[in-house]
Amino acid sequence: MSKEYEVVIGLEVHVELATKTKIFCGCSTEFGGAPNTHTCPVCTGMPGSLPVLNKQVVEYAASVGIATNCKINQNCKFDRKNYFYPDNPQNYQISQLYQPICINGGVEIETEKGGKKTVGIHEIHMEEDAGKLIHDEWGESSLVDFNRSGVPLIEIVSEPDMRSADEVIAYLEKLRMIIQYLGASDCKLNEGSMRADVNLSVREKGASEFGTRTETKNLNSFKAITHAIENETARQIDIIESGGKVVQETRRWDDTKEYSYPMRSKEDAQDYRYFPEPDLVPIVISDEWLEDIKSRQPEFRDAKMARYAEEFDIPEYDIDIITGHKKLADIFEQTVALGANPKKVSNWLMVETMFLLKERGQSPEDVSFSPENLAKLIKLADSKTINNNVAKEVFAKIFDEDIDPEKYVADNGLGAVSDEGELKAVVEKVIAANPKSVEDIKAGKVKAMGFLVGQTMKEMKGKADPGTVNAILKEHFKEYM
Amino acid sequence: MSLMDIGAVELGKKISSGEVSAVDAAKDALAQIGKVEKDVNSYVTVLDEAAIIKRAEEVQQGIKDGIYSGPLAGVPVAIKDNMCTEGILTTCSSKILNNFKPMYTAEAVINLEKSGAVIIGKTNMDEFAMGSTTETSYYGPTHNPWKLDHVPGGSSGGSCAAVAANECSYALGSDTGGSIRQPSSFCGVTGIKPTYGTVSRYGLIAYGSSLDQIGPIAKNVSDCAAILETIASYDPKDSTSVKRDSYNFSEALTDDVKGMRIGIPKDYFGEGLDDEVKSAVLAAVDVLKDKGAVVEEFDLSLVEYAIPAYYVIASAEASSNLARFEGVKYGYRAEEYEGLHNMFKKTRSEGFGAEVKRRIMLGSFVLSSGYYDAYYLKALRTKALIKQAFDKAFEKYDVIIAPAAPTTAPAIGDSLSDPIKMYLGDIYTISVNLAGLPGISVPCGIDSKGLPIGIQMIGDCFNENKIIQTAYAYEQTREYVSCGLCR
Repeated sequence: MSKEYEVVIGLEVHVELATKTKIFCGCSTEFGGAPNTHTCPVCTGMPGSLPVLNKQVVEYAASVGIATNCKINQNCKFDRKNYFYPDNPQNYQISQLYQPICINGGVEIETEKGGKKTVGIHEIHMEEDAGKLIHDEWGESSLVDFNRSGVPLIEIVSEPDMRSADEVIAYLEKLRMIIQYLGASDCKLNEGSMRADVNLSVREKGASEFGTRTETKNLNSFKAITHAIENETARQIDIIESGGKVVQETRRWDDTKEYSYPMRSKEDAQDYRYFPEPDLVPIVISDEWLEDIKSRQPEFRDAKMARYAEEFDIPEYDIDIITGHKKLADIFEQTVALGANPKKVSNWLMVETMFLLKERGQSPEDVSFSPENLAKLIKLADSKTINNNVAKEVFAKIFDEDIDPEKYVADNGLGAVSDEGELKAVVEKVIAANPKSVEDIKAGKVKAMGFLVGQTMKEMKGKADPGTVNAILKEHFKEYM
Repeated sequence: MSLMDIGAVELGKKISSGEVSAVDAAKDALAQIGKVEKDVNSYVTVLDEAAIIKRAEEVQQGIKDGIYSGPLAGVPVAIKDNMCTEGILTTCSSKILNNFKPMYTAEAVINLEKSGAVIIGKTNMDEFAMGSTTETSYYGPTHNPWKLDHVPGGSSGGSCAAVAANECSYALGSDTGGSIRQPSSFCGVTGIKPTYGTVSRYGLIAYGSSLDQIGPIAKNVSDCAAILETIASYDPKDSTSVKRDSYNFSEALTDDVKGMRIGIPKDYFGEGLDDEVKSAVLAAVDVLKDKGAVVEEFDLSLVEYAIPAYYVIASAEASSNLARFEGVKYGYRAEEYEGLHNMFKKTRSEGFGAEVKRRIMLGSFVLSSGYYDAYYLKALRTKALIKQAFDKAFEKYDVIIAPAAPTTAPAIGDSLSDPIKMYLGDIYTISVNLAGLPGISVPCGIDSKGLPIGIQMIGDCFNENKIIQTAYAYEQTREYVSCGLCR
């Protein structure tokens, strides 16, 4: 490469909102469900049906706008975007073009070099999701499932302010955190509740004009986004270096092949014939309503971190990790509220929870156990009703199935045995069975006692209180100590 | 005598008093259909006789049990075929919906059913309500019962012809640019286009969403008032539905127009207006003057811009509203096709008629990038100016009177060859839709060819009662004249 290049990236992020019902009808938004069971005349585009706006969608969209420093358009409108596709039952999508609900915002991100920069948000608009096509692998037909049709979305359109994949990821993580803190969406990239399209161009470093951009779609993970950006940057530089011209087009990322291919070029870009949606009246967000939404904004991460440092005696590192995910912070606070020691709660979240998430290939948003059961577990461990090893085993059960640890320990006889009489008998049995170790101890190799402790624990199937076992052995061999 | 000879409210009284039964009424409607339908073709679908009689019996029992107490209980009604009726074929007179049986019923029709209406069938119309003659129906034209070789007007031509030919007691129509008032005038019956937002559009298959409104068609003003009271409601399912202060329209049925301020827009009585129509309308105005109304001529202005603005807005909305008909989910699908886009293309090419295609193309064009500002936005601004002109007029007048149409019903075949001429025929009705106003058409004479003439009265938004009052007072001065087929 003879010249130095700069990559310019803007994102279009779609976020599925966590409303119980769809944006324009009363159907459930629940993921899954047998095909076409969460449907009605409205979300299947039946003739004569009419949309009615779900107010919660406006509230979520406005709250995201407020949290990302946008100006809220208190008089906004819906428009129709016309295009033919069978997953779109009316063959138009109700969206916002002319007067989106939020404009001119931005969020601050940390750059690789440890600096800070603001990524501008051009607009946030509300729209409806489409259904899903299922292609019949045996026949020549395709089927359509309208369960997702009409699920509310917001589209967050950034300014072309990002200059690297790292900045893109930092921006997405920031958005995700804000939206999760608001409870407006779970933002799961793998389930499609958060989707990002990458608009990317390259230019010579120092150039004032932007290069020709492409849009890459179908990016289902941070990893895919990073790879697609690297791939597309290299592709565009190659074209320019070899004297060619980048074509403005939409490309689709293939995650298994780690390669993008063109979907459609600017020439066959569709004319969406947008016009104001005549079936909906303009949305007027009164000052009172806006104030009400503002007053219900939650405590965001920065405020939470400061409060944790003040209220709880846990390390800064822990605070950073726990507040990094709304879900973890919620569990932390709720468990502490049940009387558990903050540091102990933090330990369970930082160590075992993270370990199990990694092992199960999940993210913190997937955590589904209840604070009550974690609090009970901590209580069982504190009172030495169970030992540490058993506690870990029980926690895995809580993590996977949210079992009640008290009941589980009782049902499976996992309570720690600290009855001296019972343990003494077992220890004596172990001593009799291991004459070699006994010889070693008598010869002054005190370390061999550890082996006897282990054997006793094994004999007790892990339920013995190790402290008691140690004490019994020490007593037994006290003349050699 | 047939029970279809009398008005709907009068028939309702006879049924609720036990003088006649709902079954008698339904049978008389069916008998008349048996007699004249082959010549008139008012209906796309007449319901199965056994089902109609069964419903009439249920309603009769309901009246006895006190479930139905409204003035229309047991009275036979016909519904324009663009209103969804659960399990009953609803075609919009198009091939593309030739097999469409909705899974739900339109709110206005539900309101009728709740008050004990007995539905006889679904009436013919211009395909997707696009047309002024009911000739663009895939199921053949409707003939004017007054003169069978003439059109009944449109697009609610089937509903108006069915009322005029005594094939039902009353009917529901829809009016986007005059589709209730103009055919009412051509068929010698009375029809109201209510203020936009008064009757729920839920279940009305949309043509021009911002203009469409369902309304009553009947033999007289009192019937229309009673029907409007029944179908009008605030419906949360329709975001453009308005919660009105009052739904009492019958209280306006007073034979008194003393001091009523009536404005006559000079622009509506100039070139292009048939002499016989003009003199009949002005004679009716004189009658009102004699009864104490204060009449004054004025300049409404902007009249010539209404037609282009209307065809831009209505076609733009239609091009989008009709996009859902592509053969995937319901309705007609082309038999042979290669791939998805070819299926869409062939289905729509084969399923829509010429006039519908013309308006879809026009609407798609005016919304295209590069043309949107010049056509669509300009049309919206024109619409706003027309509304302002009416607002100004209603500061001075209670009611504006105009013809419903420039001529009486043309002969079948005359309009299709010249769509521009047909569009110009909407000149007196279209502004009312653009401004969202209520309008009524009432018979006011018969021309030398033996065809009815209608007078249109226009009110300010939510002032239906002013036009009902004026129309009722005028109506008291003349007898209902039935068409030749009913005599």
